Amino acid sequence: MSGSAARQGRNSRVDDGVTNATAHAAEAAARACYGRLVAILASRGRDIAAAEDALSDAFAKALTTWPANGVPAIPEAWLLTTARNRLTDVQRRDARLVPETDIPDMANLDPADFPDERLKLMFVCAHPAIDRAMHTPLMLQTVLGVQASDIARAFALPPAAMAQRLVRAKSKIKDSGITFSIPDSTDLPVRLSAVTEAIYGAYALDWLQGGDALAGEALYLASLLTQLHPNDPEPFGLAALIAFSQSRSSARILNGVLVPTHLQDPQNWDHQLIDYATKMLGHAQSIRQIGRFQIEAAIQSVHAHRANTSETDWQAIAQLTTALHRLYPTLGSAVAQAAAIGRAQNAKTGLALLGQMSAKQIKNFQPFHATQAHLLAMDDQPQAAHVAYQCALELCGDAPSRSYLAQQIANLAKI
Amino acid sequence: MRYTFLLYTDPANLAHLTADDWDKEKQLYGAYIQDLNEAGVFVDTDRLHATHTATTLSLLGGTERIQDGPFADTKETLGGYFVVDVPDLDAAMEWARKCPAARRGKVEIRASMMG
Repeated sequence: MSGSAARQGRNSRVDDGVTNATAHAAEAAARACYGRLVAILASRGRDIAAAEDALSDAFAKALTTWPANGVPAIPEAWLLTTARNRLTDVQRRDARLVPETDIPDMANLDPADFPDERLKLMFVCAHPAIDRAMHTPLMLQTVLGVQASDIARAFALPPAAMAQRLVRAKSKIKDSGITFSIPDSTDLPVRLSAVTEAIYGAYALDWLQGGDALAGEALYLASLLTQLHPNDPEPFGLAALIAFSQSRSSARILNGVLVPTHLQDPQNWDHQLIDYATKMLGHAQSIRQIGRFQIEAAIQSVHAHRANTSETDWQAIAQLTTALHRLYPTLGSAVAQAAAIGRAQNAKTGLALLGQMSAKQIKNFQPFHATQAHLLAMDDQPQAAHVAYQCALELCGDAPSRSYLAQQIANLAKI
Repeated sequence: MRYTFLLYTDPANLAHLTADDWDKEKQLYGAYIQDLNEAGVFVDTDRLHATHTATTLSLLGGTERIQDGPFADTKETLGGYFVVDVPDLDAAMEWARKCPAARRGKVEIRASMMG
C-alpha cells in the first residue's frame, strides 16, 4: 500500500468517527507533526513510503485506543513509538532488509533535533537525482503532509498520475541509496537553492487558494534554512518574500473577490509579519550577494512601504522587476516587468514589452492575459481589453481571481 | 552499497580520435582506476567491444532466439562499466563525475539490489 493511499485510509477512519474530540486530537497531531515524524522514521531506512504507512497505522491505532485510554500527554511521542514498532515489525518480516539501527525514541531526542530531521527530508526531496518537477510535490506530501489528490489538483494532473509519480520518486530515494543528510559545505549552496525553490513552489501554490496553513509551514521551513547557512542570503530572501506575502493574507480577498496588492487596505496587513520580513530582507541584503528571492522580496517591500507613504512607488517596482527579469528570466518575470513599466511609464510601453513575448509560450499563461487586459483598458482600448480579460477568465481556476476578472469586465462595460 | 556505472558513448563522437588520443584516454582510465583503488571503493570494471560484435540470446516464450547484434540499436551504446562500493548515491555521483567516460558521453548510475 502506498503512503498516500494509507493516509487516505486514515482520513476515512476519521470520518467513520470514534469520538469527535479524539479524532480532533489525532488530526491536530497529524497536521502538526506529520513531516517531523516521517523525517525521523524514514531517515535510517531511507524508505519514506514505509514510514508513511507505519505512521498511518499509528494514527489509526490512536483513534481506537485514545478514546478508551485518554489522549497521551505527548501525542507525538506516542505516535512515534507506535509507528516505530510497526516499522520494525515490517522490517523483520522483510528478509531483504538489513536490520536497521534503532530509530531514536522521542524521549531521547532533544526537540531541537526535529527541525534537523525535517531539513534532511527536505534535502532528500530536492535531491539533484530526483526529477526537478517532483521536488515540490514530494516536499508537499512528505514534509507538509498534503494529500496526493490535493497535490495532483494543484499541479493540474490526474490524481492517479501524480500518485504514481510520488510512489516512483519515493522508491527511487530508497533503492538508489539517497542518504538522509545535510550536504557538506561544497555541495550546500547548490543543494540549498533546490530546497528554496521547492519551498517557494509549495508556498506559491497555496497563496492564491487563500489558505494560510501551507504558507505558514513554508515560512517556518524557510526560517529553518536561514539557520542552516547564515551566510547564504537566499533563504533569508525567501523567508522575507513569504512573510511579506503572508502579511497580506487578510487583505487579499474582500467579499470573495481578489484585491490586487496596490489596492489593498494596509490596515488589514499584519505589521508584525512585515517587520519580520523587513528584518530578514535587511539581513539578506547585508550579505551583498544578489539573488532571485531577495529581488522578489524587495519588490514586496516596496508594496509594503505604501502603509507609510500611502502611494505605491511604481518607479522602484519597475526597476526591481527589470533587474529580476534580466537576472532570472521566467514568463512570470517578463509579465511582472511589463505590468510595472506599464504603470510607471505608460500603458503603451508595457504593452510593447508584452508584444515581444512568444505567442506560443503565453497562450495558456493567465497572468499575461490579465496584465494585457489591464494595460489595454488603461490605454483606452476597452474592446481589446474585454477580449483579453475573457481569455484570462477562461484560464483562471480559483474563485476570488475569477470574481476579480469578472468585475473588471463589468467595469469595462460602464466606460 | 554497490553501484554500477554504465558507460554510454556515441561511437560517432569517438571516430576522430587518433592513436595518441586513445593512449591519453587509456592513461585517464588507468589513473581513475588507481584513484578508485586508493579510496578502497573499486570492485570491478570492463571495456567492451563495439555493439556490432554483440550476440543477443533469448529464451523468452520458450524458444531460443539468437540475434546478431545488440538487443536495441541506439545512437549511444554501452561501452563498458565500473562497479564501485560507496556509502550512498551522493558518493557514487561524486565518483561518476570523475569518470573519464562522463566527459565523452554519459554515465548511468544504478544501485545494486543485492546491497
